[in-house]
Amino acid sequence: MQYIKNVVTLKLDNNLCTGCGMCAIVCPHAVFEMNKGKAHIIDIENCMECGACAINCRFDAISVKSGVGCAAGILNGIFNGTEPSCDCSGNSKTNCC
Amino acid sequence: MSPQLNVQSLRPVSVCTPTISTKLELSDLYGTLKVRLGINRNNYTVTPGLYKVGKPDSQSDVLVSANYKLSFDVLRKNLHSLNVWVLVIDTKGVNVWCAAGKGNFGTDNVVKSIKKTSLEHIVKHRRIILPQLSASGVAAHKVKEDAGFKVIFGPVQAKDIKSFIETGYKATSAMRKITFPMKERAKLIPVDFLYVKYKLLLVMVVFFILSGLDRTGFLFSKMFNTSIFPLINIFGGYIAGIVFATLFLPWIPFRSFALKGAFWGLVFAILVNRFFAVQALEAISMGLVNISIASFMTLNFTGSSTYTSLSGVQKEMKWAIPFQIGFIAVGSILFIISKLV
Repeated sequence: MQYIKNVVTLKLDNNLCTGCGMCAIVCPHAVFEMNKGKAHIIDIENCMECGACAINCRFDAISVKSGVGCAAGILNGIFNGTEPSCDCSGNSKTNCC
Repeated sequence: MSPQLNVQSLRPVSVCTPTISTKLELSDLYGTLKVRLGINRNNYTVTPGLYKVGKPDSQSDVLVSANYKLSFDVLRKNLHSLNVWVLVIDTKGVNVWCAAGKGNFGTDNVVKSIKKTSLEHIVKHRRIILPQLSASGVAAHKVKEDAGFKVIFGPVQAKDIKSFIETGYKATSAMRKITFPMKERAKLIPVDFLYVKYKLLLVMVVFFILSGLDRTGFLFSKMFNTSIFPLINIFGGYIAGIVFATLFLPWIPFRSFALKGAFWGLVFAILVNRFFAVQALEAISMGLVNISIASFMTLNFTGSSTYTSLSGVQKEMKWAIPFQIGFIAVGSILFIISKLV
């Protein structure tokens, strides 16, 4: 299953990549593939912007505007004047983020 | 027994590590069922701390879990016949993935929990296994720097943890991927269904009352006799959006959740219309309301889905919310007009 096209903010800087492979391990949607000692984005449309790759890249080769892909969370953010926040401890859903 | 005695002797005397069972009791299953129905699910927690499964020693693996009892139960029932430590960290009773997204299952919390339980005195090795889905909150290299433990990201699902450990921490590509099959979607529907129940009730009450409007004023008999059509449409839109669109999520080719919901709303509106002989204006008005409600409910399901991106949801909300508000507003006005002409 894939979501809305051409919006994902994921970026990989190949010059900074050392090929450690951490991004490929943590990504739950198999966005990365290791090839010739470097990481490559094989299908960016699979990315859900969870941010796991970026915070686990110690070489800062990956950037992504991560956050909750959750309509209720975004509405919460708009009403409270904050960033989109899925308040899991409140009245939201089990897999709310 | 001796390795375990050694382990115990390394620990502060006052600390006693409880042993947990890998079998779920009837009460655990009852608790799970209640949580899935939205009862007590924000207060379904396990006391954070270190636990034993089987007879772990100083070489045994350490598995880290959230303190949401649902997550904890799924983990422990998959640990049968293993001898491991389970480190439950305080995620405020929230599941692994959500807590990682919010930062409660984060680097600092993992480091703090390692130190608080004096893990370095309990095990001789320096590695901990975290669920893969915690990676959006935990930077493995920072845990290593701050606590001296190497983070190994385990599989996405607890059912694969045994084979992961037995193969020397190897995860197949399938174990690294999150899926969202119909069975999983079905489990989430009850909570989502009850999520905005009072708002649903409010809308139904409003349309129930509006049904009594008449050229001559307000007729109670008309309210009772004709309100069934709008009420079935409203409830139908709700079901279309939160049950049908979500259960059959990949069947409808639109990528947008709002459109998937709108599609099912339209289907339901047409179906309901087949059974009632109402005038065209009222049929159209309630069709618009039905589509709007269905579309909104499915859009809301983005929060439960496992593959929607923030950028994507923001993009579709920009047009979907105005379209949903417009549909319900125009639908309501046309409905009132249909009652007055």
